[in-house]
Amino acid sequence: MNTVTRAQLAEAVYANVGLSRNESAALLETVLERMSAALEAGEAVKISAFGTFLVRQKGQRIGRNPKTGVEVPILPRKVLSFRPSQVLKARINHEPVEAGEE
Amino acid sequence: MTKSELIAHLAGANPHLRQPDVELIVSTIFEEITAALARGDRVELRGFGAFSTKARDPRTGRNPRTGETVEVSAKSVPYFKPGKELRERINKGATSPARRAPARATA
Repeated sequence: MNTVTRAQLAEAVYANVGLSRNESAALLETVLERMSAALEAGEAVKISAFGTFLVRQKGQRIGRNPKTGVEVPILPRKVLSFRPSQVLKARINHEPVEAGEE
Repeated sequence: MTKSELIAHLAGANPHLRQPDVELIVSTIFEEITAALARGDRVELRGFGAFSTKARDPRTGRNPRTGETVEVSAKSVPYFKPGKELRERINKGATSPARRAPARATA
């Protein structure tokens, strides 16, 4: 299993769009930063044919240190969840994408 | 924020780029991630998060409407694990859950 990183994504932008490598990398960074900023503001990020990133508020609950058994409150927090679109799920399983879905 | 709003933001911040190029940039990024996951690869974007796939075993499911049993074959599902930096950004000020926007529809 290979790991794809920023470098390969920037390279794909470079190959497809015909901008410089530097600018391609900077644009990728802008995209990630804009998505992060929206999520930080509590906004959901919906990318059609890919999926939705959304921030969920979790309430306080009592947790337990599994090693010591000591109960500790887990404070209210926000978590990020990603809901893949039907299209992405189908692509990953090499299935045809059903018509009418995002 | 939707993909088109993301494209609009990128276009606004880069007035020297043509709109079709901006669209191509954004679609290339998500297409590359999708293609990598379809190959079984993992995509790691430090500070943002990592996309991977998880294998699901075959199981016997049930059609909730008819009650019929159906065999669900093994499959892979996409998974995203937010990076440390993004998790921290999302959580800053989380102790004051002042939500002025109406609750988003959860689906």
